[in-house]
Amino acid sequence: MNSASIQINNLSKTFVLHNQGGAELPVLDGASLTVMPGECVVLDGPSGAGKSTLLKCVYGTYRASAGEILVTTRQATVDITTARDQEVLRLRRDTIAYVSQFLRVIPRVPAIDVVAESVLGDIPHDEDSLKRARFEAQHLLLRLRIPQRLWHVPPATFSGGEQQRVNIARSFVRPLPVMLLDEPTASLDAENRTTVIAMIREARDQGAAILGIFHDEATRNAVASRVINMAEFQ
Amino acid sequence: MNAMTNAFTHRDHPVLRVSGLTKRYGDRIAVEDAAFEVYPGEVLAVVGESGSGKSTLLNCVSAQLKPDAGRVEFLTRHEGMVEIFAMSESQRRFIARTDWGFVHQNAEDGLRMHVSAGANVGERLMALGQRHYGELRREAVDWLSRVEVDATRIDDLPASFSGGMRQRLQIARNLVTRPRLIFMDEPTSGLDVSVQARLLDLLRTLTRGLSLSAIIVTHDLAVARLLAHRMLVMKNGRIVETGLTDQVLDDPQHPYTQLLVSSVLQP
Ligand SMILES: Nc1ncnc2c1ncn2[C@@H]1O[C@H](COP(=O)(O)OP(=O)(O)OP(=O)(O)O)[C@@H](O)[C@H]1O
Ligand SMILES: [Mg+2]
Repeated sequence: MNSASIQINNLSKTFVLHNQGGAELPVLDGASLTVMPGECVVLDGPSGAGKSTLLKCVYGTYRASAGEILVTTRQATVDITTARDQEVLRLRRDTIAYVSQFLRVIPRVPAIDVVAESVLGDIPHDEDSLKRARFEAQHLLLRLRIPQRLWHVPPATFSGGEQQRVNIARSFVRPLPVMLLDEPTASLDAENRTTVIAMIREARDQGAAILGIFHDEATRNAVASRVINMAEFQ
Repeated sequence: MNAMTNAFTHRDHPVLRVSGLTKRYGDRIAVEDAAFEVYPGEVLAVVGESGSGKSTLLNCVSAQLKPDAGRVEFLTRHEGMVEIFAMSESQRRFIARTDWGFVHQNAEDGLRMHVSAGANVGERLMALGQRHYGELRREAVDWLSRVEVDATRIDDLPASFSGGMRQRLQIARNLVTRPRLIFMDEPTSGLDVSVQARLLDLLRTLTRGLSLSAIIVTHDLAVARLLAHRMLVMKNGRIVETGLTDQVLDDPQHPYTQLLVSSVLQP
């Protein structure tokens, strides 16, 4: 894995709700933190504290109101808050992954191909590389205990926990240098949670820079190299 | 060398660049000062309420309508960026037939209804000088199966096809020449939800697999979410917001975009 790090400097985020008379909702004020390769930094704080907001700013889904979010790879340092759309898309292809507990299902694509597609990425491919990607996908589906009879079924009809595990499989089949984890283990059973914890630790050991949110204390203790309290950023 | 590394498909260089584009109908401004770029392999969604200028914009950038002002530059295979209205009529027509595709909202506008499905698929190849009957037929069979139309229907007229099949035939007819840029105007509206899902999945697979760029006009934010990398939001002929699809849908900045997003269920 190539390695990358995240450095957040004085990040602020205020939502302006134009259809509520321009109401302003300040969520983050002056957040600063660094995540180095091989580290798993966990954000802690009550519901509504802005943990997910911070992760979404790093992924570029939310636009920062002020501050910098620097992602450094071997090639360059990019500030997500000012990068061109194409630059952010490129980072999402090869550097930054965002994993939540929700799978955005694509109609008609079977579970195994949902996972295989993330091995192949967004580029044209031939039958051979598809076969190899499916092989890797199988390995992850097995590990996450997705019953074999479901592999060739689109996940739209899966249970919440099964969808969640497909989502984890597609994100960890090829861990990227920066992993943003928004409660990926929420509501998983104990056995599967243990598996996901092991996968997160493996990604960390391979040098991923991980920024995550884990409500469950046992999970947090098992993966975190450092815990940061959101109260510092409000 | 892999075709993907050719200069003309390099991801860092736009295939289409639009600047200062304005179109009036009499006194009415349909599109005002539009500017944007499309990159290789990128799907761009144009959203906005009806009458906001989406289709006019699409028709101008695809040279079906002449704008009153502005530039539309296309990355040609051999001459770099060329302004499409500065080309000769025949060069423009050649590009439209080879490098571009058009998928119309009503399949009847994009198909020739009185010739067979196979002839519909083969027409663009014939226009490029391909005459070998067996070869044309083989390509037609291949493309019908890619768009999931039963190849035994090759000699049937599109009139005997369902709405979803006609739309898929229209896509096959356009993609057979391997265009680099495809223009789509509400390609899924008017279809049943299950038929839509099939078509969307097909479009997604094809745009990914062929590294095809696309501009898709839609009023359906869920379609944009599923297919598009980036979005443009139009209101009264102006582009009021642009950005990555998830940015525009999850953190809309403009009052109009906020209204648009909040008035639908979880796009
Ligand atoms: N797109 C948005 N538009 C407007 N307000 C938002 C948006 N996203 C989040 N917020 C607001 O920002 C605040 C922080 O939300 P966020 O989801 O970041 O909290 P959290 O710490 O992740 O909470 P939880 O532990 O419940 O997941 C909340 O008041 C929320 O309503
Ligand atoms: Mg949250």
